[in-house]
Amino acid sequence: MSVPLHFQTVAELSAQLASGKISSCELTRAVLARTRVIEPQVHAFNSFDEADSLAQAAASDARRTTGRSLGPLDGIPVGLKDVISVAGQPLTASSKMLANFVSPYDATVTEKLKAAGAVLHGRLNCDEFAMGSSTENSAFGPAHNPWDLTRTPGGSSGGSAAALASGSAIATLGSDTGGSIRQPAAFCGLVGLKPTYGLVSRYGLIAYASSLDQIGPFARTVEDAAIMLGIIAGHDPRDSTSFKTQVPDYRAEIKTRRGPWKLGVPKEYFGAGLDPEVGAAVEKAVGFYKSQGCEIREVSLPHTQYCLDTYYIIATAEASSNLARYDGIRYGHRSKEAKDVLDVYQKSRAEGFGDEVKRRIILGTYVLSSGYYDAFYLRAQKVRTLIRRDFLNAYREVDALITPTSPIPAFKLGEKSADPLAMYLCDVYTIGVNLAGLPALSLPCGFTAGGLPIGLQLIGQPFREADLLAVAQAYEEAHEWKLKYPAL
Amino acid sequence: MNYEAVIGLEVHVQIKTRSKVFTRVGAGFGFEPNTLTDPVVLALPGTLPVMNKAALDAIIKAGLMLGCEIAPVCKWDRKQYFYPDSPKNYQISQYDQPICLGGTVEIELAGPARNVMGEHKKIPLTRIHLEEDVGKLSHGATESQVDYNRAGTPLMEIVSEPAMHTADEAFAYLTSLRTTMIYGGISDCDMEKGQLRCDANISIRPVGATHLGTKVELKNLNSIAFVRDGIAHEIKRQIAVVERGGTLVQETRDYDGEAGTSQSLRSKEMAHDYRYFPDPDLMPVQVDDAWKQALRTSCPELPFDKQRRFLSEYQIPYTITSVLVPDHGLSDYFEAAAKLAGPGRAQAVGNWIANDLLRELGAAKLPLGAAKITPENLAALVKLIDAGSLLNAAAKEVFSAMFACGGEPAEVAARLGLTAVPTDTHELDSWCRDAIAANAKALAEFKSGKESAINAFKGPVMKAAKGKADPKLVDENLRRLLAAQ
Repeated sequence: MSVPLHFQTVAELSAQLASGKISSCELTRAVLARTRVIEPQVHAFNSFDEADSLAQAAASDARRTTGRSLGPLDGIPVGLKDVISVAGQPLTASSKMLANFVSPYDATVTEKLKAAGAVLHGRLNCDEFAMGSSTENSAFGPAHNPWDLTRTPGGSSGGSAAALASGSAIATLGSDTGGSIRQPAAFCGLVGLKPTYGLVSRYGLIAYASSLDQIGPFARTVEDAAIMLGIIAGHDPRDSTSFKTQVPDYRAEIKTRRGPWKLGVPKEYFGAGLDPEVGAAVEKAVGFYKSQGCEIREVSLPHTQYCLDTYYIIATAEASSNLARYDGIRYGHRSKEAKDVLDVYQKSRAEGFGDEVKRRIILGTYVLSSGYYDAFYLRAQKVRTLIRRDFLNAYREVDALITPTSPIPAFKLGEKSADPLAMYLCDVYTIGVNLAGLPALSLPCGFTAGGLPIGLQLIGQPFREADLLAVAQAYEEAHEWKLKYPAL
Repeated sequence: MNYEAVIGLEVHVQIKTRSKVFTRVGAGFGFEPNTLTDPVVLALPGTLPVMNKAALDAIIKAGLMLGCEIAPVCKWDRKQYFYPDSPKNYQISQYDQPICLGGTVEIELAGPARNVMGEHKKIPLTRIHLEEDVGKLSHGATESQVDYNRAGTPLMEIVSEPAMHTADEAFAYLTSLRTTMIYGGISDCDMEKGQLRCDANISIRPVGATHLGTKVELKNLNSIAFVRDGIAHEIKRQIAVVERGGTLVQETRDYDGEAGTSQSLRSKEMAHDYRYFPDPDLMPVQVDDAWKQALRTSCPELPFDKQRRFLSEYQIPYTITSVLVPDHGLSDYFEAAAKLAGPGRAQAVGNWIANDLLRELGAAKLPLGAAKITPENLAALVKLIDAGSLLNAAAKEVFSAMFACGGEPAEVAARLGLTAVPTDTHELDSWCRDAIAANAKALAEFKSGKESAINAFKGPVMKAAKGKADPKLVDENLRRLLAAQ
C-alpha cells in the first residue's frame, strides 16, 4: 500500500509537485482533511485557517503552471510553532496573555518560508512561552503524543512534533532553548534540528531566553531537515546575534559528505537516570557507526553536572526580562479588575501568565537582584564558558558527539506536571548544547518494547550543520525507522 | 557656620539622528502621537534591537570633543523597571562599561564687568553613556495616554563629578555643554523639546570639610534658568534644614520652576533595583583606533578655543566674541566675512554682526541661514566704508536694504543714492558758516570752552548735505571756522 500524501516527505512530495503528479491544492486538502480528523485527539494546533492555507496552495499551483515555482518547498504545508510571527495571524505563545494577539509583521523565517512558497498551515501548540518539556504548560491544553495519546509529545515544541508525526503537516518549525526541538522529536520519532546559535534569525521569534533560543526544523527525514534548514538559515540584519556565514546547500552536501568520522561518546551522558531501553538503543547506534568504520572514542565533558543549574539561572534571568513587556498596556491581556497602573501590571500578569512562567520570572528576577547578581548570574555565565570549553576540547579529538536525546521515552501526561524538578531533568542531555551554542539534532534510533520512539542525539561543531546532517544521514539510510507511522 | 554646596549634574542629551537608536523608524519632535513607531519601538512580541551606528558615532564624537577616554568596546545592558512610558519595561543602556569615561567641560564664570572675561574652570566628567529615550505620558482626569514617538530616540547621559559649588557654576556648565553639543552637531539641545534635560545632585557641607553630605537629587529642571534657580533654592533649603537642627535625608525632589518650590518624590528606601544585566540581543561593538581617528577629524574647534583664537587672531573685543562664539553659525559667518574684509577690518565686521545683523534677524524673527546678506556682502560693505565711499549713516541704510533683499553693497548704495560723493569744499564751507551763524548760543558755549557744543552745528550741516557729507570733513571744517571767529 502506498504511503498517504500526509505521511510523505518534503523531498517525495516536491518531486510529485514538480512532475505535476499532484497539485499543492490536493496535497493541502489531504493535510487539512487529516488535521480535521486527528486534531481533536492530538491537539497539536492552537488554531488553523483552512481557507488561508488553501489560498496559499492555489497561489503555489498558479506559480507552478506559469513556470515560476519557488523551489522544493513550494506548495508544501509547513506548520509553525505559535511563538513565530506570521503577519495577520494569531501569535499566542500558548498563553492567555496573548490569547487575542494578532501579529502585524512576519518573522524573518516566515518571510523566508513565504519566499520559498511554503503553505503556512496553522499555529502549533507549545508550552506557554516555550517554557516546559511536555506542552502541558499550554494555556490551551496539552498536545498528545500520536504514538500514545495518554503520553506527552514532549515540549516545549510538542505541537510541532505531534502535528508532523500525525500527518497534519509535512514539516514544521519549532524553537529550542534547552531541548525544545530535539526532545519532542525524540518522543515522536522525528528528526529535529537545533542549529548553531546565530545561524537562523530570531527576529519574530517570541523571546524566552535570548542567548539560548534558536529556531529549527522538525522533519521526517534528515534530507527534509536539510532542505528546511537551507531555507531558514542565513544572516539577518534585523538580528544582531545572527552570524554572517555562507549557507551551504545542505541537501547536496549530505549526499557528498561521507565518513568515516571520529565520534565521541561523552561518558557523563550515560549515567544514572538513563532508561535501559534508551541506553541500549543508543549503544546499538554507536555500534552501527563503529561497524561503518567510524572511530568511537569515549570523551569527557566534565562540567556536564552544572548544566541544569547554569541553564535555569541564565534562561530564567533572560526570561524575566524578556517577558516584562507583557504588561497589558499596549497589547495582550489587561485585567478587567485593574484600577490603576500598578493594578494593570500586577493583575494582568497574575491572570495572564501560567504557573511555570511565573515560577521562571520569579526565579530570574531573584538571580538578577542587587546583591545576588554576582553569585548567580555572573557565576553562571562563567560556568557557561567552561561548559562550552568542554565541548570545544572534545572536538579536538572527534568530529561529533553521540548521546541519547532524552534519558527517557515519552512519559504520561500528568506524570511530572506536579514536580518541576523531575520535569527539568528531562532536558539534562539537551541543555548543554544550548549553553555551548552548538548545533545538534535528534533522529529516531528505535522503539521501546511498548512502541515508543527513542531518539539519538548527534552534537556537531559550530556552523558545521552539513557535517552533522551527513553523520545523521549515514545512520538513517541504513535503518528503517523513518518508515514507521503512528497507528492513529 | 558657613556652608559650601557640592553639585553634580546628570544631563540627558538627545542625539540628532535620522532614525531611532535600535530600529530604522524615524526620530523627531512634533509629529502626530504614535506615528514614529514600528514593531520594535512598541516592543511587540518577537522584535529585536539593532544598533544605529550613527548614534554611536555621535556619542564617540561628543566624548572626543570633551576629552573622554573612549572604551574599546561598546557594551549594552538592560536597565529594568516597569513604567508605561517604557515599552519593553526595560531600557537598553550602558551600566558598568560606559562608552566614554572621564573628560571635562570648560566653563566660564561671570567676569567683573560685562566686557571683561570671567574665570575659566574645567569641570571633570565621570562618564557619558548611550541609552534609549522613553515615551511620553500625559495624564487626563480619568485616564492616561502614552505617546511612543520619543521612545527609542538615542540619548546620551552625561554625568559630571560632584565638582561644582554654586548654582552659577551649574548654569555655566550647562551653557557650555549645550554650546559644545550644538557645535559638534550632536544635538540641537532645545530644552523646550526635551532634547536636553538636567537632574542635579546637591549636598552641602561646612566650608573646609572634604566629606560629601547627604545628597538630594533634584529633578524636572526644565530650562537652564530653572537649573540655576532650582539649585540655588535647594542649597538654601538644605542650609535652612541644618541650621534649625534638622537632618537631611537622601531623596529625590521635584522642582517646580514656576512656583520656585520643590517637593519630595521618593526617599532612598524606595529606590529601584534596576537588575542590570548585559543585553543578550545586542553584540558588543569593537571601537578601533581607525574609527576613533575618523571621528576625531570631524570634531570642530571647541567654543572656548575659538573665543581665545578670535581674541588673539582678530583682535576683536571680548564682548563681541561672547556674542559671536556661542553661535556656531554666527562665528563661521564672522570668520568668513573677516577674512574677506582683510586685515584691520575684523572689529568692524564683528560690530556689524553683533549689532546690526542680530538686530535685523531678531526683528524679522529669522534664523541666520535666512539672512540675504552674505559674508561676502558684509565684507564688501566694510571695505566701502573704509574707503570713504560710504558714510556710516548711509551704510546702515544700505545694510538694512541688503538684509531684506541681498545684493552687492556698492550697487545697493548707488540704487538708493547713498554713495558718498566727494564733497565740494565750497558748498561745505557755506553750510558750516550758515550753521554757526544760526546758533549764537552754541557758539558762545563753544568759545567759553564747552567742547561738545560743536555737535549742535553738525546736525544742520548734515541735513543740508542730505547725509552724504563725510563727518570727519564736517568736523574739521567747523573747527577751522570756529577758531577763526
